[in-house]
Amino acid sequence: MSAVIAHDDQRPVLTRRRPRRTRASKVFVVARTDLRQLYQSPDFWVPMVILAGFFFVIAPAGLLWMITHVSGNALVQKVGSTLSVLPGSARAEITRRAPHAGPAVQASYALAVYLFAPLAVIVPMTISTAVGANCLVGERERGTGEFLSHSPVTERDLYIGKLIASLVPGYLTTLVGFSIYSIVVNVIVGPHVGGWFFPTAQWWLLMLWVVPPFLAITLSVVLRLSARVKSAAAAQQASGLVTLPAIVLSYAQSSGAVFAHGVSDLWVGLAAWIIAIAGLRRGARAVTRARLLGVDGDLG
Amino acid sequence: MPIPQWMGDVPVVELRAVRRAFGGKPALDGLSFEAPRGTVTVLLGPNGAGKTTAVRMITGALPPDSGEVRTFGLDPSTDGTMVRRRCGVVAAKPALYDRLSGWDNLVYSAELYGLGPEAPIEEAAARFGIDDALDLRVGGYSTGMKTRLALARAVLHDPDLLLLDEPTSGLDPESSRAVLQLIDEIAAQGRTVIMCTHLLLEAEGLADQVVLMEDGRTLVAGRPDELVRRVWPRPSVRIDAEDRSALRDVAVLPGVVGAAWGPGGVMVELDDLSRVPDLVGALAAAGARITRVTPHEPSLEELYFAVRSGRLDGAGVRVTDPAGAS
Repeated sequence: MSAVIAHDDQRPVLTRRRPRRTRASKVFVVARTDLRQLYQSPDFWVPMVILAGFFFVIAPAGLLWMITHVSGNALVQKVGSTLSVLPGSARAEITRRAPHAGPAVQASYALAVYLFAPLAVIVPMTISTAVGANCLVGERERGTGEFLSHSPVTERDLYIGKLIASLVPGYLTTLVGFSIYSIVVNVIVGPHVGGWFFPTAQWWLLMLWVVPPFLAITLSVVLRLSARVKSAAAAQQASGLVTLPAIVLSYAQSSGAVFAHGVSDLWVGLAAWIIAIAGLRRGARAVTRARLLGVDGDLG
Repeated sequence: MPIPQWMGDVPVVELRAVRRAFGGKPALDGLSFEAPRGTVTVLLGPNGAGKTTAVRMITGALPPDSGEVRTFGLDPSTDGTMVRRRCGVVAAKPALYDRLSGWDNLVYSAELYGLGPEAPIEEAAARFGIDDALDLRVGGYSTGMKTRLALARAVLHDPDLLLLDEPTSGLDPESSRAVLQLIDEIAAQGRTVIMCTHLLLEAEGLADQVVLMEDGRTLVAGRPDELVRRVWPRPSVRIDAEDRSALRDVAVLPGVVGAAWGPGGVMVELDDLSRVPDLVGALAAAGARITRVTPHEPSLEELYFAVRSGRLDGAGVRVTDPAGAS
């Protein structure tokens, strides 16, 4: 039950939502409250939208339009020459999809599938890491860790709630951005390669099977850092270092540079899920009430 | 949630020889006290005495290194969720979510404590006079408003035990007084309250029991009037006269145990309060024009400093200079 409250111009219009009784777990209470705080923070989500908009829409649309509509462009020649560095399976796929196309179309197809699309990995990791790095140390810095430590919420519920609250913004941004990206590349490049071509089957596999566990692995480390370090700034710095290898690995996989596409994606995803689950189970132990209170001897 | 019948007279909170150190430095060093059901216990001590750590032990937010903690007869280290569900805590800092509205802060707490749509949010807010500001973001609240909201949040789930850590910290005198009145009202409803403070005036008139702490230890604990009697077992009166030199021989008069001069005259300790008429008569006969004779009831502040200065040991040491304690 909720009610919209009337306000004068000086007061924000907010909705009064009645509490919901959650019998099983406080996980979703924690996650929802964290997400509500993010929603109330334009200084966080406006840059996030700009980041996603640039990588998913502006940069691909501009470059692909230029390549497909401006003939003789030196850029097209350069991009075309980079096709030779793609794995053989990728080059074969390009040739199969657009056998009679010129270098500009082949280049635009390669950009759409193999070079821009891996950004779908970077964006969620960047956003989720930014949220996750702050989520536990932030409670301590704001003093709200004291409230949580005296509340009936368990450390495990708190950890999972924070994990969800970190995952959702990144993954949601990616899904929305990726959907828009798909439309953009299909509209611009699709007519030259025989119609709707993106996302490919491998990309569905990547988005639904490979990216989530890589995200979870990264967050399992980031949340542990967030629970242990003394400040949000330290958490951000450390998280950046931790995230970098994961981004490189997942980018390489998504572009086909490490493994061939197809069946191997299944195994890579499976291995990533196993590592992620082990990492998350271990990460849950990092959240203690002493750390929420900032009195743990191991801090720092 | 009522306290179960089986608890009987079991204290709501029991700490026995509790020790806890941080980085090798003891925060609690053998702290012991009990908080009986339906009483207000004030933990009184200077900064660093261990009051906040004691509160954290009581809810199980921190486990002790050694010693025993019982809250509602349970060990909060192992039954923490059950214990915390029945505790309401106001921390030294209000510990609120600045980006959320007051309403959303209360909703969050209600949901964490398992309350449903019937949670008395409006009632709790109105009780502490914060209902008009519930739709504003907490980041724009004054310190007093934040404290009131934190109090409303602490009582939202109708806790059996209320733990208040310096609840008037940072408040102006008027807001402090209002908060203390509200705490008094809560206590009058039969809830057990444990309040930490280093402000003696706050504890006075509010405390059923005082636990004086220093360096993580209990210096002394008991009802304020009992502690006063232990420190000053004999009655005292303050006497003043137009010419104070006429009072100089008061110490040798019958029934006088001790005398000490102060700015308001002489503080006379007697073996019995019935000696007062004879004492006044003797002083008048000696030529003193008495302007004031008032019984002296030591304040909690005097008690605090008397105990901290070592005037009370386990058996209760007599004090011959009540005025000197202030």
